[in-house]
Amino acid sequence: MSAEGATVPRAEWDSYYGRPVLKPPVWKPEIPFYLFSGGLGGASAGLAFLADATGDEELARRAWAVAAAGVGVSPVLLISDLGKPERFFNMLRLFKVTSPMSVGSWLLLASGGATTVAAADAWTSLVPPAVGRAARTASAALGLPLATYTAALLSNTAVPVWHEARGALPFVFAASAAASAGAAAVLATPPEAAAPARRLAVGAAIATTAGVTAMERRLGELGEPYGTGAAGTLKRAALALTVGGAAAIAGLGRRRGGAAAGGALLLAGAACERWSIFRAGFQSVGDPKYTVDPQRARLGR
Amino acid sequence: MPNAALEVRTYGPQARPRVGFFTDTSLCIGCKACEVACKEWNRVPDDVAPWTGDSYDNTRALGADTWRHVAFVEQKVPVGADGAARSLMQTAAAEGLAAEAGLDTYQEGDGLRWLMASDVCKHCTDAACLDVCPTGALFRTEFGTVVVQDDVCNGCGYCVPACPFGVLDQREDDGRVWKCTLCYDRLRDDLEPACAQACPTNSIQFGELDELRARAQARVERLHAEGQEDARLYLADPDDDGIGGAGAFFLLLDEPEVYGLPPAPVATTRDLGSIWAATGAAALALGAGLAAAVLGGRRA
Repeated sequence: MSAEGATVPRAEWDSYYGRPVLKPPVWKPEIPFYLFSGGLGGASAGLAFLADATGDEELARRAWAVAAAGVGVSPVLLISDLGKPERFFNMLRLFKVTSPMSVGSWLLLASGGATTVAAADAWTSLVPPAVGRAARTASAALGLPLATYTAALLSNTAVPVWHEARGALPFVFAASAAASAGAAAVLATPPEAAAPARRLAVGAAIATTAGVTAMERRLGELGEPYGTGAAGTLKRAALALTVGGAAAIAGLGRRRGGAAAGGALLLAGAACERWSIFRAGFQSVGDPKYTVDPQRARLGR
Repeated sequence: MPNAALEVRTYGPQARPRVGFFTDTSLCIGCKACEVACKEWNRVPDDVAPWTGDSYDNTRALGADTWRHVAFVEQKVPVGADGAARSLMQTAAAEGLAAEAGLDTYQEGDGLRWLMASDVCKHCTDAACLDVCPTGALFRTEFGTVVVQDDVCNGCGYCVPACPFGVLDQREDDGRVWKCTLCYDRLRDDLEPACAQACPTNSIQFGELDELRARAQARVERLHAEGQEDARLYLADPDDDGIGGAGAFFLLLDEPEVYGLPPAPVATTRDLGSIWAATGAAALALGAGLAAAVLGGRRA
């Protein structure tokens, strides 16, 4: 349409009464808490396995307990989020590689079994040694993808800030999972046995902060929802808690009180980070410009 | 569209020709007979919401309880020097009648036009909803359409944000997701879908996809020849979109986003390879990070 003779200049593009093109997810608060608990459980299993290997038995036993708790609470959260919880077994009708939720369901099932046995082996003498060793190895091997597949779950949607962050999101989730595993181990382990956990907590806190910053920078204007509204508030809270927690662990982590405070702050920071990413998805769906602008750019309009 | 052919071929001798909708919005009069017929036939619950105050559209959008949605767009259309998009009042203005009648303050060279369009599930060839469904509740029928099995869906909600058109949604009191079935029950009895049968102007045309595409091409060429330059086909080219071809496509009179449609939708699963690669790499990086932390202090 020619602009000549137009008395009313047209906007760059018109939306349908400002309404969203996409539907926001219907996922409830269980899901961001699951992003946190799954990451905590999976990374803790990896930490416990490695601590076993280096003979840090005290740390390993605590980390196995955290892993079992994280992996144990996860299915409860997921089932409670379903519209028809009584049909949760339908998740196991298929194994579908095109559905990260299907892959994740099987991963969580296998990881849950292995981690339960591994934790039982670490704390009791009920498990035959060969079974215990196999369970620990399996739990650690499954824990790593368990901590990162949730990024695939989010980015394999049409939600702009999740889909367009698909290259960076798994690394942010990996770092955040490592930070929470380190923080929980610092919290649960006597300080004299927790040196590796302190290193993990501080290193992963730095990696998470760097990862989130890099992800947003790569998204450019599309990354706006991460910094605005509830998502922005949560992100700033996550940053403050993460930096504060890491500083407390680095500075005061050798004392009981410092370790407890630092661990708690860092855990809260990791939970806020997952919540921020979750809320940003809703915010990017809520305004059609985040859906339409990149698509128009792709068309060269 | 090799995928479409493959999917339907899995039915062997029971496969039927792929069918769909061609919605020609240049013929839509906004009567909403399609919305009503769909609700009646499919026994879709009512979803009476407050008036929007925006237009005659109080249905708002497709969703769990709205499987056909008629959009109403009210536009002030600038009058080009060439006189395109001429309305009655523009014609009057062009002839100087509006000024004589004292209508110039409102008209000022502007006309008002209504765009009406009946939206529906696109029944994509590369259907993101079907790909991400973990239970197999969403499946491809022998007609090449995409349907939710309400006795399998467990309400995980993954298809809702996966759909690039925002078609699916969860029914709150029920927990499951619902969408257009392209009247699967009627197709099996050789009946056309309820919306197409109810449409009084043939804006909604049902048929075999190949034939509909040819018909749409002829229609848009005819509209161009008659001076309706802004007529365009949306999702009609199986090779030129991000969903491998749509089972429901449209003739529009403005950009898709004006009707609340995405201008260049892409099925999220097109990027599945890179998504899984990044996920795997991040899992390995997590292992390396854990090892560095645990082993890092050993040297000291």
